[in-house]
This record gives sequence, structure tokens and C-alpha cells, in this order.
Amino acid sequence: MKLYCLSGHPTLPCNVLKFKSTTIMLDCGLDVTSTLNFLPLPLVQSPRLSNLPGWSLKDGNAFLDKELKECSGHVFVDSVPEFCLPETELIDLSTVDVILISNYHCMMALPYITEHTGFTGTVYATEPTVQIGRLLMEELVNFIERVPKAQSASLWKNKGIQRLLPSPLKDAVGVSTWRGCYTMQEVNSALSKIQLVGYSQKIELFGAVQVTPLSSGYALGSSNWIIQSHYEKVSYVSGSSLLTTHPQPMDQASLKNSDVLILTGLTQIPTANPDGMVGEFCSNLALTVRNGGNVLVPCYPSGVIYDLLECLYQYIDSAGLSSVPFYFISPVANSSLEFSQIFAEWLCHNKQSKVYLPEPPFPHAELIQTNKLKHYPSIHGDFSNDFRQPCVVFTGHPSLRFGDVVHFMELWGKSSLNTVIFTEPDFSYLEALAPYQPLAMKCIYCPIDTRLNFIQVSKLLKEAQPLHVVCPEQYTQPPPTQSHRMDLMIDCQPPAMSYRRAEVLALPFKRRYEKIEIMPELADSLVPMEIKPGISLATVSAVLHTKDNKHVLQPPPRPAQPPGKKRKRVSEDIPDCKVLKPLLSGSIPVEQFVQTLEKDNCVPG
Amino acid sequence: MDPECSRLLPALCAALADPRQPLADDTCLEKLLDWFKTVTEAESSLLLLQENPALVELLSHVLKSQDMSSRVLSFSLRLAGTFAAQEDCFLYLQGELLLGLFGEGGPQCWAAWSVPTVRSGWIQGLRSLAQHPCALHFLADSGAVDTIFSLQGDPSLFVASAASQLLVHTLALSMQAGATGCSGLWDGVWPACAQKIMGHLEESLQSTAAPQVTQALNVLTSTFGRCHSPWTETLWGQLCPLVARLLERTPIPAAHSLVDLLLSVARSPALSSSHGRLWEAVAQALRCLSPMQAGSLALGMLKLPHCPQALRVQAFGVLLQPLACVVKATAQAPGPPGCSMWPPGWLDGAEGSSLTVDTLLSSKSACVGILCQTLAQLEELQPLPQRPAPWPQEPLLGAAVTILRLCHGSATSSSSGGGRLCATLAGCVRVQRAALDFLGTLSQETRSQELEKEVFAVLSEYLGSPDSSPTVLKKAFQTTLRWLLSSPRTPGCPDLGPQPLLFLRELFPVLQKRLCSPSWEVRDSVLEFLTQLSRHWGGQADFRRALLASEVPTLTQQLLQDPESYVRASAVAAAGQLSSRGLQAAPDSPEHPQAQQGLLGELLCILSTDSEGFPRRAVVQVFTEWLRDGHADVARDTEWFIATVLQVVSQDLDWEVRVQGLELAQVFLVQRLGQPRCPYMVALPEAASATPIPEVLQSLCRLRLFDFAFRALLDCDRPVAQKACELLLFLKDKTAMCGGLQEAGDIPGSASGQVTLQRWRAGEQGQLPGDLQPEAMLALLRSTDLEGLQARLAQSSDHMEKSPQSLLQDMLATVGVLGENEADCY
Repeated sequence: MKLYCLSGHPTLPCNVLKFKSTTIMLDCGLDVTSTLNFLPLPLVQSPRLSNLPGWSLKDGNAFLDKELKECSGHVFVDSVPEFCLPETELIDLSTVDVILISNYHCMMALPYITEHTGFTGTVYATEPTVQIGRLLMEELVNFIERVPKAQSASLWKNKGIQRLLPSPLKDAVGVSTWRGCYTMQEVNSALSKIQLVGYSQKIELFGAVQVTPLSSGYALGSSNWIIQSHYEKVSYVSGSSLLTTHPQPMDQASLKNSDVLILTGLTQIPTANPDGMVGEFCSNLALTVRNGGNVLVPCYPSGVIYDLLECLYQYIDSAGLSSVPFYFISPVANSSLEFSQIFAEWLCHNKQSKVYLPEPPFPHAELIQTNKLKHYPSIHGDFSNDFRQPCVVFTGHPSLRFGDVVHFMELWGKSSLNTVIFTEPDFSYLEALAPYQPLAMKCIYCPIDTRLNFIQVSKLLKEAQPLHVVCPEQYTQPPPTQSHRMDLMIDCQPPAMSYRRAEVLALPFKRRYEKIEIMPELADSLVPMEIKPGISLATVSAVLHTKDNKHVLQPPPRPAQPPGKKRKRVSEDIPDCKVLKPLLSGSIPVEQFVQTLEKDNCVPG
Repeated sequence: MDPECSRLLPALCAALADPRQPLADDTCLEKLLDWFKTVTEAESSLLLLQENPALVELLSHVLKSQDMSSRVLSFSLRLAGTFAAQEDCFLYLQGELLLGLFGEGGPQCWAAWSVPTVRSGWIQGLRSLAQHPCALHFLADSGAVDTIFSLQGDPSLFVASAASQLLVHTLALSMQAGATGCSGLWDGVWPACAQKIMGHLEESLQSTAAPQVTQALNVLTSTFGRCHSPWTETLWGQLCPLVARLLERTPIPAAHSLVDLLLSVARSPALSSSHGRLWEAVAQALRCLSPMQAGSLALGMLKLPHCPQALRVQAFGVLLQPLACVVKATAQAPGPPGCSMWPPGWLDGAEGSSLTVDTLLSSKSACVGILCQTLAQLEELQPLPQRPAPWPQEPLLGAAVTILRLCHGSATSSSSGGGRLCATLAGCVRVQRAALDFLGTLSQETRSQELEKEVFAVLSEYLGSPDSSPTVLKKAFQTTLRWLLSSPRTPGCPDLGPQPLLFLRELFPVLQKRLCSPSWEVRDSVLEFLTQLSRHWGGQADFRRALLASEVPTLTQQLLQDPESYVRASAVAAAGQLSSRGLQAAPDSPEHPQAQQGLLGELLCILSTDSEGFPRRAVVQVFTEWLRDGHADVARDTEWFIATVLQVVSQDLDWEVRVQGLELAQVFLVQRLGQPRCPYMVALPEAASATPIPEVLQSLCRLRLFDFAFRALLDCDRPVAQKACELLLFLKDKTAMCGGLQEAGDIPGSASGQVTLQRWRAGEQGQLPGDLQPEAMLALLRSTDLEGLQARLAQSSDHMEKSPQSLLQDMLATVGVLGENEADCY
């Protein structure tokens, strides 16, 4: 059993598991943090960004000044943003049989894999994962495509040149493999390869293994996967949550007694308690609005935003904010808000029961009805007519490099009355803000990450009791900034095996048994002899037939009729045992056999 | 006994003996027993039984058949014991009855013995009975003592505990009876009963079964706690070696009870001469017991005034040990200064240290348990005069700060122990609360500026952290206030020191944010803190500047509309306090309705319209304070203010609001009429400024204050009537000198008022007629027996129903009703 690790990002995993002659890709996350090295794509011409000075080497050589721009001491690539793909060289991706997707954040690299590697397999995911994943991809493509950029910088990627660049560009890994965004056509083609599955549905892969998605409690339709054969069980835990938010609660019981548990997608901010952060978010939002300032919340169009809107729904009246407009701007805002209401069976029990009342599961429906929450596909069009300040704007992309958020950063950045509140944990807020410096607006960092923290993990592992735990190397030591926090790492016995990008792990797990069926007619012919109460033995002579990973013992072929003999009539057809071929094991040395049986206490004595 | 009760008794006894008439409520049996106790204390039990043969019949019936309910059986046993407590009555009942009820062949053979209530009744009966030497002989002869021994291990904890207590009582009684002659001194010979008990105790102490050891230790603890006669010293001398031997066993059995015993012996005044051996045992116990158990013993020892110094050092070392371990484990980091400055000697001989470390690191629950206990114990010790000196203030402060940092995840440590502590304590709310409490206690001591800085820094971390839970935050606010209040000030300057001032400036933005918290508990704590802050420093320029530069006053005013009633109440208190200090928010726009009406208007609006009681109570409290302090809004037109508030308050459905309203009226009266006269005060000439009484009376009538007070006197809620009575008595007293007014009855209105009051006295409710003149009010005031009323109101509200007669009637009635119901059901 081997694990090929194609991504080093612990929450955007992409691993390939070779198990029992199947090749299974577990998630294909896209590392978008690479875009932080690029200049933002403004929706409206930004004189500030277009007038940034070009960067030149220390010796004054300015041959890169078209590609690299300098802003407040940081250097950015002035080009279409590019993403860091999973490793494609470690394993021939055309041999991948299936891809299992655990949640919509972990499928963003799918078009790169399915469309450009010769992949011919099937992708499995739940319906909400596919639908919301499609929205995220659509938003990404839309954000990038609607601001066409004439130039695509590549000179800086030259290894010799990259060395000369300042950090973090100098330290960026594998820049030559970075790719621009896919197209909508590629997205559609990739999504067409997905087969929808439901929780606890058992899917047979070539008869060799069975895969089953389980609710992971993190997002709508998010799943963990069980990959099992008759005698082995591998659990893949990715992006799970035990908190009571909108999705169905996590199914922990089914993870018990795994031989190997692959653990990814833990919280990225283990020290921040989501409840406290939501409190911070609300307090800072209220303070800003009360002072006449605007609040900008860079976010994804699905996920935590549903919970934030629900909190605000309860909070705005008590905080006297009922008259403040809330805007949600995304090319997929409408679909996201509506999709969330129709996936009732994927929601937590509380929300499911509302459907029967009948009431919309999420209160944002009421916010929309009462005109407190308005949503627009972009800042162009209706929005500019309705726009009223002070207000709260939810919009993407959380990297602050593309999307409508760029416009609001440019618009509101100069006033200290305004606040930008970061709630998505995927990007370092300081890096995200770098190209907007100097910035007068207040910045609040309230990362809300509901995924498992280390206390919950240690509890989970205690209950699930896997034989081996495999996880990204980041989880086996405390975070570099808090090296004294020994509690912020996975602590289990035996110690977890760690992996890093481009590494191949041989899992220390040996397969020992294989299930073999005996054909009924062969079973009929067996004459077991009880050699000890409860233990019977019979010798078998048969042919082992293996097809589609199923092993069947069939009766041996009848010996060919001796030539020249007349064909017997059916009534005279009696079994002719004497002519059986010798046993495959050869003849039995009887004495030795009896001795062995005695040694193993198989002979009644 | 009351003849009426005597008349009811036979029927009741018959009802109790009748198994077909079950009692609905067993509290009445308790009440009945209490009543019999009172009766037998006052008169002869023998006479009582002779006059009421039904009682003996009831007891005899119990002997004959035990078909009644277990509750009645238990009651009968206890009743028999109560009667037999008097020697003559004991002799009267002796023979078949008492032996049948308490002897060997008695209740133990009943089927009902399996019910714990019956066993408990048996023990309590014996406990009541065992008051005289005859009883002692009875106990010895009837075999009851052996039964008591076995009941010590009863599965019911109540029975087991009562058995132990009975044993203690019997031992003491036996020793008392053994005291010779008139001198009452013990002659050194153990009476037979006492010997038997002693033997049992010795045997139990040597037992290998922990429960038996615990039982013996508990009996001894109670004995030394209760009896301080000379024989206890001999008892201790005899048992001390056995106790010491217990300490040599591993694990030490019944450690908790052992600690209790040692403390009980140490506290006993009768054992002063044999303390030498005790101190040895205590020293050994402090060494061998687990840190948790040793902690309680150590604290107990340190509280003793006569504890030898060496033992005090050892005991304090035990208490300091866990904190010293925490500090040591995190010491590599640049911790707060003074961490390693534990006073010399306190932590010497620390064999227990590794034990403590093991405990701290063994599991989360053990670590949390020992830290919480230690912090609470040191907090208890700190204010005591007998606490160890020198008090290690600086290391303790350093330890508290370190623990808080560990809980917050901000303490750094490179050692593995420190890392594990950090992992164990991160986010632990219990330890956070205990450490904050302890830190608050330490504010009372002197400290270096540097440490004060550390403390304010860690408090800032807690107050600002989004991860602080609401309960931790509340504690953090309380501790902060204590530190601010005790912060050293520059002599001659009442202002805040530089350190607290800096802290406060940074604090206001945090408070601002917290006031917008979605958690109402947080908003509430901030408002309470703010009220306290401005009460203490509202007059100081630096504080005022910092506060007014923030949005805290505006936010406070906005929270008057909070959806949560507790928060509204706290916002009322805070806004009232800020306003009386002239710190209210400046209105943002003058045309805003709220700005026009001002805080007074807004509070009046809350008082008259808020649906919850808390905010309304808070408003009246604020108004009372404003009236006392002469708040500008009140002083502008005090009469209008009083009239308006009283009118609204009189309509309020919450009795506490009405009581607060009366308090407000009283403050107003004191301001107008002067302080109440004190009988011991030297009579001072009336202050020239006091308003002449007739004028005041006129104004009181205009304000309808009389109406309000008299109406309150008729209030169905007793505290309101009591307060009104107090107020009117004050008025009566003040107006006593004011003669020349007409007598009651001549004035229109007063007659009907009196009629109403009389009718009310007869138990009817009524309303006073409105618009009375001062004369009529005065007359009414004089003619009403306010003193009598006050005395009646002071009695508890159920005094009418408490009479034994009504109890007996109630019980009989219930029995009857139950019977009827049964018939109906059938």
C-alpha cells in the first residue's frame, strides 16, 4: 500500500493511494496562495496600481520592470494570477482509476487533472459538493476572465533570475509549473466526469475495494471516505467539524477500527475558537457601522458566510443595526443563497426539520425578503443604483487579488472609518493586504475555521483507534510561530507518519488475507471431518479462478474421457474419483502431516 | 398540652395506626415530632403519656403489628425515643415496649427493617433516648450497641452517618456516667460500654478494609470535635500509635478521613499536653499523603494559632509546592521577575516535590484539581492574621501570572514539563477563574512596579482576548477593579498612578468592542465594570479624558435599548452613574428625540414601559442615588421628579420596584425633614435650613406621597408594607411636634381612611380615598397603630398556620380526604 503525496498544503490535499490494484486519488485541492505574489486585478482602472514603479535589480538593471512592480517595499508580479498545481510528475495520473472528493474546497484543481493528464477514470462526490464546487470554479473563472490582462509574465520564473528576486518570490516553489486559470469549458468537462453519491452509499471499485462517503460535518455535502476490502480498512478524514453549524453532523462511529487513517484538513488557526471569533466579528462590525464606516468582508460565496449571515440575523436587531444594508456581491451569489436552501437532506437536524414547517432552513431568506440583505452578481449594474453607505459588503475573493473585493479595497482603503474583516483562514491577511499599502482602513483578523482542532483530533483518535495515522508533516510539530505549544500537534501512539509534497509513503501495513469463494458444487463435494469439537477439515482440489479481483474456487475440470471408449449413458454416469489429478501440493507425507497436526493441537488426544 | 390538641390526638393516633389511611405528606410527621419535642421540653413526658393514653396505644400497636407504612414506623420509633429521654418516662415505658422497639428481637426482625427510613428512625429514637444512665444500661443489655456497629456500614449513607454519630454520643455519655462522684472527674477506668466501643474502634483501625478504617476515623473525628473532657486525651494516647501506623501503609487508607481526624485532634483544647505525638503524626502525614490531601491538612495546620514553627514551614511548603513546580517548569522563559524568589526554607525538604510534579503532569483532571485547590487555599490563607510570614507575595504573584499565561497559551517553555503543562492548561476555564480570584486577593499586598506591570499586562490579555469565556471575563473585570483600587497612589494626589492610567487608556477601546459583543453576559459584565470604574474615578481628570475620548458613553446609552433585560438593567445603572459624574454621551444630533428628552426622560420611559422587572428596579435605584447626590436633572424640579416617579412606581407590579420607590420617598423625606432621631444622640437644635413642617406636609400632599405610602401599607407583599410602615413611622415621629392640628375624625377624608385601615386589619383589602388634606393625613397617621402593625408584619407570614392545633387538623383532614378520593376512584 503506497501513498503518493502530490500537495504539501495540509488543508488542500491531493494524495494518491495505491491499494489492492486500484489507484485512488484523494481530493485535488488547488493552492491559490500563489496568487498572493501577483498584483490585484482591478475591476475599474486603478491609477494607483497602474502607476506603481517597476522593480529593478540592486545594480539598477531594470529588465524586469515590465513584469515586476514594487509597492510599499513588496514586489509583485504584474500578470494574470497563476495557481500552484498538485505534482504531476510523481505518478502517471492517467493511471488514476477514481478521484474521491471530500468537499467543495478540495476539488478546485479537478479540471487540471481530468483535462490535461489523460485521466480516464471516474470522480465521486456528493451533490452539494459538485454544485457548490461548480459555483466556486465559476466565480474563479469569472473573476479572472472579466479582467483580461494583456501580458503574461514568464521571465521572472527563469531559475537564474528567480534567485535574484526578493522574498517571498525568491522562495516560491515550482513556479515553472504554475498555471493560469482554467476555462469554463474545462470546468464543465471536468464536472461531467463526476458521479454523484450519497452518504453511506457503498461503491464497488473493480470488485477490489468498496468506497463509502460519510458525513464530515464541515460543509454542505462534505465527506470523509472509507476505503475497504474484506480484510482492510483505510479511512480518509479531510475537513471535518464537530461544531454545530449548518451541515449534517460528523459520522465518527464509522471510522472505528481502521488499519490506516489518513488525516488532513484540520483547522488552520488552532488557537482561535470559532465562537470567540464570531463574537469579535460582530463587535467590530457593529463598532464600525455605528461610527459611520463601511465593513468589507472578503469571503467565498459559500460556507462560513451562511453561518455569519445567521449570526448577523440574530445580532443586528439587538445591536441596533437593522437599518444598515448588507450586500453580498458575487457572480454566483444568487445561486449560492438559493442552493443552500434546497439541500435540506444535507443539513443539520435542526435545519432539516424547518423544511417540514415549511420554513427556509437558513434565515438569510428572511434577510433577503426584508431587504436587509441584497445580492448582486457584480458591482456593475443594479448595485451602483442601490448602493448606500454605511454598509456591510460580503464579496470575494478572500486573497484580495481578484474579484469585486479589489474595487472596495481601493474605494474604502483610504478612510480609517472603514474596516476590512478577514474571516476566511486560507490566506495570511498581512500578505493579502500588502499591495494595498499604505492603508488607512482598519483591519481585523477573525479567522473562522470550524475544522477539527487538536483536542478534538486526539479525542477522535482515542475513539476510532486506528492502527496507523498518516498526516501532513505540519501536524506532527507545533506551528513555527508557537513552538512552545506542544498541544498544537497530533499526539498519538504509535506516532503519526508524516508526509510532504512529492513524497511517496510506503504504508507499514501488510495485507494478510484475501477472501475466496467456493462454488456450491465444489462445497457440496467436500467431506469435512471433525478432528476436534468445532474444527473440521477437508481436503480441496480445485482451480483458483481470479477475475475482477474476485477469487473463486471452482471444481477441477473433469478428466478428459479416455479415447476410444464408448460414451456412457447418463444413467450410468457415476463420479469417478480415482482418476483425479494429484493434488497441487503433491502427495501428503502422512506421518509428517499427523505430527504437525499434533503439534498444533489439532488431533484429539 | 392544649386541651383542643389532646382532644384531637386519639383520632390522629388511630389514623396513624391504620394502614388503610396513608399520609399524603410526610413533612407533617416531622412537624408533629417537632411539636412533641417542644411539648416534652416544657412538661413531663410521663404526665403527657398518662393523660394521652392514645400515644402509648400507638406505640404498642407498632409492637403488635408492623402493617403500617414505614414512615409511620420510623416516626413511632423516634417518638418513643423522644418520650424516653426523660428518665421517669423511660422507666414507665421500659419493659416490653422499649425492649420491643429497640431491643435485639425488635425491629431488626421486622420486614420493614430493610427500608432505610425505619433503620434511621431506630437510630434517631435511640439517640433521643440515650440521655441518662438507665439508658446506658439499656443499650448495653439490649444488644443495641452491636447493631449500631453493623449499621455503620449501612448502604444508606444517612443511616451509616447517624449510626456513627450515635456511637460518638454513646461513648461520651458512657464516659460522663463513668465520671466519679460529685467532682465529675474521670477516674481512669473505662466503663464497660465505653470499653466495648473502644475495642471496636481499635479493631477497625487495624482492619485492612478501608471502609472500616474510615468509619472508625469518622467516629473519632466527631468525638474529638465534640467532647473536650480530659478522657479524650487518654483516648488519643491509646489510639495515636494505631493512627500513625495507618500512615505507614501504602496506599494510605481513608486518607481524607485521616486528615479530618488529625485536624480535629489538633483543634481540640483538651489535648494541648499530648500534642507532641500529634505533631509527629501530622508531619508524617504531610510527607506521605498525596498533594491533594496534604493540601487540606496543611491549610488546617496553618490556620491553627499554636502550630509549631517547623510544622508551619512544612505545611506552607506543601501549599507552595504546586505553584513552585509550575514556575520551575516554565522558568527558562523570560518569566516575570521574582519567580525564583521563594522565601528560604519554605521549599526545603521537598521530598514531596516529585510527587507533586507527577500529580501535575499525570492527567488533565489531576492537574486542574490540584491547581484550583491550591489557589483557593492560598486565597483563603492570605487575609488571615496567622498566615506565614514573610508572605511570599512576589513569587506568588509571579506564579499566578504564569498560570494565567499557561491557560491563555501565551507562556513559553522549552522544557518538556512546561510544554505538557501548557498543553494541559491551555483554555482551561476552571483554572483561569481560580487564578484570577487568587490574583485579585494578592492585590491587597504591596508589590513592585514591575510586577504590577506584568499583572496589568496579563489582565489586558484576558480582557482583550476573544477566547476568554464570559465567566472568565467577568472574573477578569473583578480582578482588574481590585488591582486598580489598590494601586499605590502618589501621596497627596488622589489620581490614578501612571501604570493604571496607561492600562485604562488601552482598556477603553477593548470595552468599546466588548460592549458590542453578541454575548449578553459580556455586555453585562462590561457595564457593571464601567459603573464601578466611574463610581471610583469619575471625578478624576485623566480618567474623564480617557473615557470621553472613547465611544463608551454613547454605547452605554445605546444599550438602554438592549434586548436582554439584565443588560438593560446594568446599562441603566452605568448610564445613571456616568450621568451623575457628568460623563454622559454628547447627543449626536440635537433633533434626535432621545437627545431632547435626556437621560431622565429615557429612564422614566423604561420605568413606565419596560416589560421586565430588573431594568425598572435599576431605574428607581439610579433615581434614589441621583436624589441623594443632588443630580442636576433632579434638582431642577425635585417635586415634579418625586411626584412623577412615585406615580409610576405605585402602578408597578413588581414589589421590589415598589420597595425601591418607598426608599426614594424616604430619602426625599430625610432631605426635607432631617435625619431620623436617634434615642442616644445628643439633641441638637433643629437645623435652621430645615423646611418648616406644615410646608413640608403641604408639599407631601401635593406630591401624593401620603397616598403612596398608605397604599403601600395595604400592599399584599409584606416587604412593601414593612417598608411603608417604617416610612410612616419616621413621618409620625417627625410630625409629633407639629401640634395645633385638629383631632382625627373631624376632618373629611380621614374617617373613611380609618375605616379602610380597620377593614384591612380585619383581613379585607381596600383602597384609600384620594386627595387628602395634610390635617387628615396627619390625623390618620396618629390614629393608626403603626407600631403594632410593624410588630405584626415582622412575624413570618405563616405564623397563623403554624399552631399545633392546625397541624393536627390538617393531618386529620388529609387522611379523610384521601379516604374519600379512594372511594371515588373505586
